[in-house]
Amino acid sequence: MSLATPTALIAEDEPLLAQALQTELARAWPALKVVAVVGDGHSAVQQALQLQPDVLFFDVRMPGLSGLDAATRLADEWSGERPFPALAFVTAYDQYAVQAFEAQAVDYLLKPVEPARLQKTVARMQQTLQAAPSFDATLAQLRGLLRAHAAPAAAPLQFIQASAGNTIRMVPVDEVLYFEAADKYVRVITPGHEYLIRTPLKELLPQLDGQAFWQVHRGTVVRASAIEQVTRDEAGKTWLSLRAHPERLAVSRLYAHLFKPM
Amino acid sequence: MLMRAVQAAALNTVIALGITLFGQRGFGASLVYAQCIGMSIWALTDFSRLWLIRDWNTQWRRLVLLVPLGVIIGNLLGTLLADALLGTRLHDYWTAEPARTAGFLVMSLGAGTALTYYFLSRAQLARERQALEIARRQASEARLKLLEAQLEPHMLFNTLANLRALIANDPARATDMLDRLIAYLRATLSASRQSTHPLREEFARLRDYLELMAVRMGPRLRYTLDLPEELAALPVPPLLLQPLVENSIRHGLEPKVEGGSISVRARRTGERLTLEVSDTGTGLGTTASGPAGFGLAQVRERLATAYGQRAALALGTDAQAGTHATLTLPYPS
Repeated sequence: MSLATPTALIAEDEPLLAQALQTELARAWPALKVVAVVGDGHSAVQQALQLQPDVLFFDVRMPGLSGLDAATRLADEWSGERPFPALAFVTAYDQYAVQAFEAQAVDYLLKPVEPARLQKTVARMQQTLQAAPSFDATLAQLRGLLRAHAAPAAAPLQFIQASAGNTIRMVPVDEVLYFEAADKYVRVITPGHEYLIRTPLKELLPQLDGQAFWQVHRGTVVRASAIEQVTRDEAGKTWLSLRAHPERLAVSRLYAHLFKPM
Repeated sequence: MLMRAVQAAALNTVIALGITLFGQRGFGASLVYAQCIGMSIWALTDFSRLWLIRDWNTQWRRLVLLVPLGVIIGNLLGTLLADALLGTRLHDYWTAEPARTAGFLVMSLGAGTALTYYFLSRAQLARERQALEIARRQASEARLKLLEAQLEPHMLFNTLANLRALIANDPARATDMLDRLIAYLRATLSASRQSTHPLREEFARLRDYLELMAVRMGPRLRYTLDLPEELAALPVPPLLLQPLVENSIRHGLEPKVEGGSISVRARRTGERLTLEVSDTGTGLGTTASGPAGFGLAQVRERLATAYGQRAALALGTDAQAGTHATLTLPYPS
């Protein structure tokens, strides 16, 4: 695909608004070809991976996955061959999201979309496509957005209360090697045991000491002191091996910056 | 403080003028005495009240003791000070002419009391003005908060964006949507001023809201409203059901990719009126403490205000069947 016919994906759950954006885009950027319009976050990720468009318009509030979660998941799973698409978020009214977009210099549109504002965004996107910005810069922006979005730190958790049949096991947080999201549960792994809890990772994270526990993947939080070795395979993927556990943990692209030689 | 000192000095000058006009001394000497005595009285009273009266509302009576004491001691000190400054011996006067001295003391007391009263009433006025200002600000803040909750900006701007899209493509539908938005806004803004409206009206406003949402969500939202004719005229607090329907949409259907349906029903069971909002959404789950909780708290509060213990709100929720909210009110006799 050459830049002469750039392609776009629109993720917007309100059908009339998706259509309106498409109409406005046809006026502001006649060369742009909209290759997919999707109504939820999961489809957005899946279609973007499959069609590899040049630009993305992601609504912030969508069913399934929010626009921000969809964008970070897409970045995690993006193959390195093509440059990551130019991304603009679309929102009706999210004060905090808008503040974060401003802070991270991430492009965004407010609904109803004004033609003049869209024209500016289009100009910026065209520039971005020509300059082919580094993926690292995009990752840093997304990390900044995630940080701004995270719940405020809560009092640090001392014990994980995991139910096992009729009993509740009190697992000291100090013993936990890592937490891993698995469907509707979170696996809590200690050197000798594995427990399942229902508290989502997103709620758990602010209650963990950020110095001791590092998020290395959207579904994995690991105790930094339990990591023995970090390796990169031929595909450029980063893996962690632990001191007290045989399982290897994948580090997603978003968090690979944590593991650089000093 | 400085302002009060200047005002006290001005009064002293007037007194000195008075003494010169009616008395025997020259203006210069009178002025020195009047200022020394007056300023001593002012300083004693004003500084000691800073120290003795912390809370005006409960301790203002201390002034009754403070002002006369200030006047007597101020007279003593001021006279001695002026004597030292001018090299005269006015304080001999105290023993020589007790009647005149007493008269002079009474005049000082009068001046001191008058000035204190003047200062006090000004301070009182300023405090009252400030309290009024604070109350006014708090009231408007509370009102703004309530309005912002009712006119959820996210809903408003999304609706306007849809309207903007419709104006070009489907003007007839745009007009219909605008009419509903107007009715919704009018009802929201006037809800706080009415105490009740007929159930028919309540259901009409819910229909406005649901129609607006149906335009936005397209096929992802289906709804049914069921109001038996014999219940249509019953009075209910305005927009009582609104937060429940809003919760069903925001926390039940909007997060669900395939959407779902909402049904609102009114029925009579014996001496009770039951209003039910149920949806096939994701269930309240862990988000009940968030904005959903705010809406529910609002409904409970309004029920308590209108019916006391005779009304109840029951919630049932699970991920498979969605959420059911049931309001039970006394049947109006």
